[in-house]
Amino acid sequence: MKNRVEVHDLSAWFDEQQVLFDINVAIEDKCVTAIIGPSGCGKSTFIRCVNRMHETVPGARMSGRVLLDQDDIYAPVVDPVAIRKRIGMVFQRPNPFPTMSIFDNVAAGLKLNGFRRNAELQEIVQRSLEQAALWDQVKDRLGEAGASLSGGQQQRLCIARALAVEPEILLMDEPCSALDPAATQRVEDLLVELQNDYAIVIVTHNMQQAARVSKYTGFFLNGSLIEFDDTSRIFTIPRDKRTEDYITGRFG
Amino acid sequence: MNTYDRRQLVSRVMLGLCVVCVVVVIAPLLLIIGYLIYQGISSINPALFTQMPKPVGETGGGMANAIAGSLLLLGLASCFGVVVGVMTGIYLAEFGDNRFGFFVRFFSETLNSTPSIVIGIFAYTIIVVPTRHFSALAGAFALGVIMVPIIARTTEDMIRLVPTSLREASLALGVNKWRTIFRVVLRTASPGILTGIMLALARAAGETAPLLFTAFGSRFWTLSVNEPISSLPVQIYTYAISPYEDWHRQAWAGALVLIGIVVLMGLAARFLAAKSSLVRGARRR
Repeated sequence: MKNRVEVHDLSAWFDEQQVLFDINVAIEDKCVTAIIGPSGCGKSTFIRCVNRMHETVPGARMSGRVLLDQDDIYAPVVDPVAIRKRIGMVFQRPNPFPTMSIFDNVAAGLKLNGFRRNAELQEIVQRSLEQAALWDQVKDRLGEAGASLSGGQQQRLCIARALAVEPEILLMDEPCSALDPAATQRVEDLLVELQNDYAIVIVTHNMQQAARVSKYTGFFLNGSLIEFDDTSRIFTIPRDKRTEDYITGRFG
Repeated sequence: MNTYDRRQLVSRVMLGLCVVCVVVVIAPLLLIIGYLIYQGISSINPALFTQMPKPVGETGGGMANAIAGSLLLLGLASCFGVVVGVMTGIYLAEFGDNRFGFFVRFFSETLNSTPSIVIGIFAYTIIVVPTRHFSALAGAFALGVIMVPIIARTTEDMIRLVPTSLREASLALGVNKWRTIFRVVLRTASPGILTGIMLALARAAGETAPLLFTAFGSRFWTLSVNEPISSLPVQIYTYAISPYEDWHRQAWAGALVLIGIVVLMGLAARFLAAKSSLVRGARRR
């Protein structure tokens, strides 16, 4: 299996505070990679460096290289906007656009960038909602407000919105932390489906979730990547004492 | 008296104080509107809206030119005030966390508290003097300058209220910063910004001082931006200080029309905001 993303010596700061220290990792295509670790360990900052969202925060900066298909996405000629089209992101809290209908939410990435071909939009919206396992529930009320859906539906709407721009890689920042178990289950089922087409990186607080859905797992602690391996190895025979302490619930 | 009873008593007293304060706040407004209606309603007739002022000594006539003039002045003032105000607000909210932003904010607040007659003198100096005549343009410019800081302030506040998560959602979809600001942030903030624009318009609609030596006033029908033009506040002022009973009567009616226009604009803005926003639909659930 080939690597879609390679991260070399990635460090990141908020103002003077360093939050990531020399991260080296590779993300494989067509599988789920989970990032686990206690709160404040830099998991979110790490994935936000991968689609250049980190730099949108005032005072944030980074060093190191992030390669997408061997091209450095931090090269001076690269437009971060183009990178974000190729690397989609789903956030911790469902954040549908409150002024837009369900349809417009899904179509937002295309419409906001001036895409106007209506028939095609219809198809893309339907396909994305189907991929996000939401189509059957909303197909009769696409004109209603996106915010009128339940929390779990909103998160799947956000996943559909991310899929509609046809990214190559999907980053998910604790996508289930605001959802109940039933909604979490649906999103996890979705991940199993989506990994056939995408490289997926999911940040999670929930170790069982990492164990259930991912092929690889990375363990972050205090801004460093402590261990990265097959998920089955991390959860059965971790090499590092700190990983073992974390997954057995001794801290965090 | 036990603790529970004492708490109940304190609660009632505080609630009573709140009610009294509410009455103190709304009573003047109700009194003003009530007195205006009492004095002016009898003179509200079709002639007021359709006829021109009659020469001194003749009774009757209307304020058609002043009503049209006020609307023209407000329209022109909005062209200037809304564009500059909203853009300034966007700048302050999105890029203004620096020394320059601090100064812009400070100057804007100072401008907001500048007496309107000073703004009138300003418009007089830079438009009336060079062109050598009073004009609707000069009046509209003065009103626009009055509107700018109010709109800039509300726009900045409303944009800052838009959650970061919405900007991030848009940016993460590969939408660039300008499109994110204009089509996501501004749209989400638009009901609040519209309210700010209405406040500014209401303030400008009632301004008399800056119009006295810019738009000046006119007893003729005109919609030309290059000529002196009549406006409701100036007309009301002229009629109210006149010695004629009939003009006093028309001044009251004019004041009622002016307040009516302001209230109508406010209602229209609310209606448009509610219609253009799906947020309400979401809240109902």
